[in-house]
Amino acid sequence: MSAPLRTAPSRTDAAPLPLHPVEAGARRRRRSRGWAWVAPALLVLGVFVYLPLLQNLQYSVMEWDIYAGGSSFVGLANYEKLAGDPVFWRALFNNAAYAAVSLICQVFGALILAALVEGLRSERWRRALRAVYFVPSAISLTVAGLLFYFIYEPELGILNALLRGVGLESLTQAWLGQEGTAIWAVIAMSQWQGFGYSTLLFAIAIQRIPQDLFDAAALDGVGPIRRFFQVTVPLTREMTGLMIIVTLSGAFQVFNEVMVMTSGGPNNSSQVLVTWLYRMGFGRNDFGYAAAIATVIFVLTLGIALLQLAITRKRRVEW
Amino acid sequence: MVSRSSVVGVVLRTFIASFLLALAVVVIYPLLWMVMNGFKTNSELFGNPFALPVQLTWDNYAKAWNRGVSSYLMTSILVTVTATIATVFISAWAAYGLTRMQIPFSRTVLALILGGLMLAPAVALIPLVRMFQALGLYNTFWALLILYVAFRIPFTTFLIRAYMVDLPLEIDEAAAVDGASKARAFWSIVLPMCKPILVSSVILNILFTWNEYLFAMVFTSGGDLQTLPIGLTNLMSKHGTEYPVVFAGMTIAAVPVILLFFLTQKYFVRGLADGVGK
Repeated sequence: MSAPLRTAPSRTDAAPLPLHPVEAGARRRRRSRGWAWVAPALLVLGVFVYLPLLQNLQYSVMEWDIYAGGSSFVGLANYEKLAGDPVFWRALFNNAAYAAVSLICQVFGALILAALVEGLRSERWRRALRAVYFVPSAISLTVAGLLFYFIYEPELGILNALLRGVGLESLTQAWLGQEGTAIWAVIAMSQWQGFGYSTLLFAIAIQRIPQDLFDAAALDGVGPIRRFFQVTVPLTREMTGLMIIVTLSGAFQVFNEVMVMTSGGPNNSSQVLVTWLYRMGFGRNDFGYAAAIATVIFVLTLGIALLQLAITRKRRVEW
Repeated sequence: MVSRSSVVGVVLRTFIASFLLALAVVVIYPLLWMVMNGFKTNSELFGNPFALPVQLTWDNYAKAWNRGVSSYLMTSILVTVTATIATVFISAWAAYGLTRMQIPFSRTVLALILGGLMLAPAVALIPLVRMFQALGLYNTFWALLILYVAFRIPFTTFLIRAYMVDLPLEIDEAAAVDGASKARAFWSIVLPMCKPILVSSVILNILFTWNEYLFAMVFTSGGDLQTLPIGLTNLMSKHGTEYPVVFAGMTIAAVPVILLFFLTQKYFVRGLADGVGK
């Protein structure tokens, strides 16, 4: 999960007068004692997050000989292999499709949905609907993925049964078993699983808009649809920006549901970057190639995060 | 006489209400179907998929429980509890340092800790596996514990720090006048005041750890060490077409977190809201 980095005004760097040497020594000791507080977090992050990240860059320019057990420097060979690998491009396309559909459903759709829910008169209904929509986000993607594996299953699943029931027999098919539909079926499951999460967050953002603004607009004769565009949309812009980033970043890290539902098949048609990385790294022990895929994920997700930082910083300057 | 606009309004409101309710059905029905299928026999399952179970027997739940789900559940509980405690403790400790202490290069330290938010765990995956193999920690409980703590510190520190920044510094200073050390002030004054955000952090971390899949799948291969998400996929592949047992296992995995969500909604929503920016 991504979140904005907020830098609070520093309270600790005021040093108006030059210090007496003894005082300066005491101050230095106090300063160095401060390290004891952040050291555990820094140490754990340094060893298990940042170090492997750097190692990954190094791995991506190496090749492993799994039989002889050595590794050698191969320059950009892994990246060249990547550029010529059709499955890599397929995976990248699938991630982009994931991002596009999720933006439509889980950002823009969820904003409209949250506005509709918050527009209800009964507080009890508002609360109940927010909670119900969220439930799929509380259960794991593994459970949700397995559940939809069965829902899509041609023999016992309810999707085909439903289509037959309403006379759309011609549309019934093996949703996860065909190259043309597999990734879209997985993406659809993911929307079911995730829309309640962003709807809940948008609902919180809408609740923070002062009610007077809606009332004033209503008094001016502004209808509900124009109120949505003139009040709700501009005043939830910050949350919308944030959700765009979180959704985009998440779309390029998809793994769990694809693994559970299709393992990337059939015929690699539903591979995404992380499943392909997993297959190359642990299926074929091609660590260098897997590391190159990881670097692509790194660049994409970091790029998205830096974009967020740049936008929030710019906005802060504007205020 | 009813005006035209109010008729349109009533129609529109009815339409919206039906849409919202239909969506709720789309969310709930698959979950009910999952629970129901846990009560069916295999032949019932392959019959009419919309039919209710003929009798409510707990056989499948018992089978799932005996075929490993009890052990997956124990592992999940153990990993979740230890990782959550360790993460929240280390994060609160760091948040205190970041908001209350003078630290050289404090902006760099802050950026390093919170910068972890931007990094995708998959990027570190291959080197981490080799590192844990070299350390002899691969396929141990410690691998999961360490990884969950390491990758959750940034978000948890972010949450707690944002809360601590808003606590007045005077409360610490009062404690200092009383002669309490910084550590005492942390334990007995600041930490209790942070209770709401600590509860939110605990809940969000429980949810994350309980449901995590990538690390759990890559770093464990033995039966006793596997958490529920991995165990469920095992249940699926090992027992062929005895699907009702799989449905029962899925239900057992889903119920605790759904209960947790409903029981702690207030804290939960607050954590989410604070986490994505006020």
